Amino acid sequence: MLELKDVHTYYGNIHALKGISLKVNDGEIVTLIGSNGAGKSTTLRTIQGLNKPRSGSIVLDGVELHKLPAHEIATLGVAQSPEGRMIFPRMTVMENLEMGAYVRKDLTSFKDDIEHVFSLFPRLKERITQKGGTLSGGEQQMLAMGRALMAKPKILLLDEPSMGLAPLLVELIFDIIKKLNEEGTTILLVEQNALMALSIAHRGYVLQTGEIILSDSAKNLKNDEMVQKSYLGVE
Amino acid sequence: METTRKKFNWRRFAIASLVLYIVFLIGPVVGLDIPVVYAAIKANPLQLVQFLIIGISNGAIIAIIALGYTMVYGIIELINFAHGDVYMIGVFTSLTVLSLTGTLESKDPVKIVFGLILALIVSVVFCAVLNATIERLAYRRLRNAPRLAPLISAIGMSFIIENIGLMWAAQAWLVPSFGTTGGASQKVFPDMLGILFTSLGWDVNLLASSGIALRLTIKDVIVIVLAVALMTGLYLFVQRTRLGKAMRATAQNRDAAKMLGIDIDWVITATFLIGGGLAGAAGLMAGLYNNTAWWFMGFRAGLQSFTAAVLGGIGNITGGMLGGFLIGLLASFSDGYLNARWTNALVFATLVLILLFRPTGLLGEQTGQKA
Repeated sequence: MLELKDVHTYYGNIHALKGISLKVNDGEIVTLIGSNGAGKSTTLRTIQGLNKPRSGSIVLDGVELHKLPAHEIATLGVAQSPEGRMIFPRMTVMENLEMGAYVRKDLTSFKDDIEHVFSLFPRLKERITQKGGTLSGGEQQMLAMGRALMAKPKILLLDEPSMGLAPLLVELIFDIIKKLNEEGTTILLVEQNALMALSIAHRGYVLQTGEIILSDSAKNLKNDEMVQKSYLGVE
Repeated sequence: METTRKKFNWRRFAIASLVLYIVFLIGPVVGLDIPVVYAAIKANPLQLVQFLIIGISNGAIIAIIALGYTMVYGIIELINFAHGDVYMIGVFTSLTVLSLTGTLESKDPVKIVFGLILALIVSVVFCAVLNATIERLAYRRLRNAPRLAPLISAIGMSFIIENIGLMWAAQAWLVPSFGTTGGASQKVFPDMLGILFTSLGWDVNLLASSGIALRLTIKDVIVIVLAVALMTGLYLFVQRTRLGKAMRATAQNRDAAKMLGIDIDWVITATFLIGGGLAGAAGLMAGLYNNTAWWFMGFRAGLQSFTAAVLGGIGNITGGMLGGFLIGLLASFSDGYLNARWTNALVFATLVLILLFRPTGLLGEQTGQKA
């Protein structure tokens, strides 16, 4: 479905992605794990077109994404809950969700989709007329995910959905990710919480300073000695 | 949540005192004398109402121009210094359309009304396209450059357009009343609304038969009604429509907007189109209301509108409207009770005081990426 081949991305002179190749198949949850600055978020930003790769190719269902501007990539069915949440602080929760559906031409099921988001995140329904900027961190995370879902994406990119959340909320968010996947959404999940990520993912890639150093099924990665030492905190 | 008490800012206090010192102590030497003003108000309170009417009408025009500043700032955090000059081009475009259609010489009310509507449409469209062209030529490539670069290119665009105005005002074949004295002098913008209503047999002053010694003219009413209609339209547009929401989203977080499929370039172009169109409408309104056309008029109007935008809270549309009316009133009272020479000084004293004490303006809110 989504395939990256030898993608190189730069921030100015800084070589952030040094030849990333990865694949996400239909219906999978694939996770990218790695420490700070490994290039996980940059990978998602590059897929989304917010950063342009200097070389390499990104193909979604036969369409070359790296040649398109960001807003066209969104219309092809790529949606993201980004790092830092990036919700619109002076728009209401409802307006934020409406913006999520901006790319959709067919809005016949809009009401059902909003209800679906509210069924996943009942807290958002309580905050419906509140401004995005006044929400708590956890609520903002839910809003960012809900907004991405409103696009009805083919592939959902999730960047650190557990960041800064209370443990109970982390469980909830991961349950929802699993549920979304069971409903048929393909997911590329970036996480620092490698244990949680590997527990729900089918496959995973390990990123280190802009390169993929390991890729395997989630189960094998969980049992890999290096992964256990570096990312799962097992001595 | 502030846990410690805010420390008194002596530097701000010193600068504010200096501004007040200039206004109140040096002021009387140049004609600003508070007791004299007070006596004038006491002697003729109706005059105060008169200046209020003039202030609201001019404020309406300033507000419409201020919206162009504030919308552009809201979305790309740039002060479009050429905006005041786009308004000046609006005055010239309207006048030229009125001249070429023969409306200026006409006494036929139907013809005048059609001429005015055509002038409004042409001026709005022309200024909208001009403003969007300025963005395309001078700002787009500098969008990711340091802040100073587009600012300087904005000032450059302002000079270019002022000089176009200077040349335009010398073209007597377009507008005969421009005369042969060259483009530098102030030109007359004929009082078409006055002519129109006189030809209909109405008194231009709506209060003429009431015996009150006040002038509330049809011109005031038309300017205010048109301005309020434009502002309401803009407000609803930005709040309700798809493009309006895309504009707000882009202003609040550009990357997120891109990610959701919003074409940023188009949204920014649309913002410049709308701002320019409003300046074009303001150009016709100001020409009809104040009856002058001058190549340099965009400078003063631009600075007053910019101050209005900052006063209201730059980036905030409602703030721009409020600031426009407040600056209009300030300018009108200053023109009336002090001396027209003082008006700009007062407007700028206001700007200095706001920037010192409330940089976010009256209805200020944060702009940009801060969540």
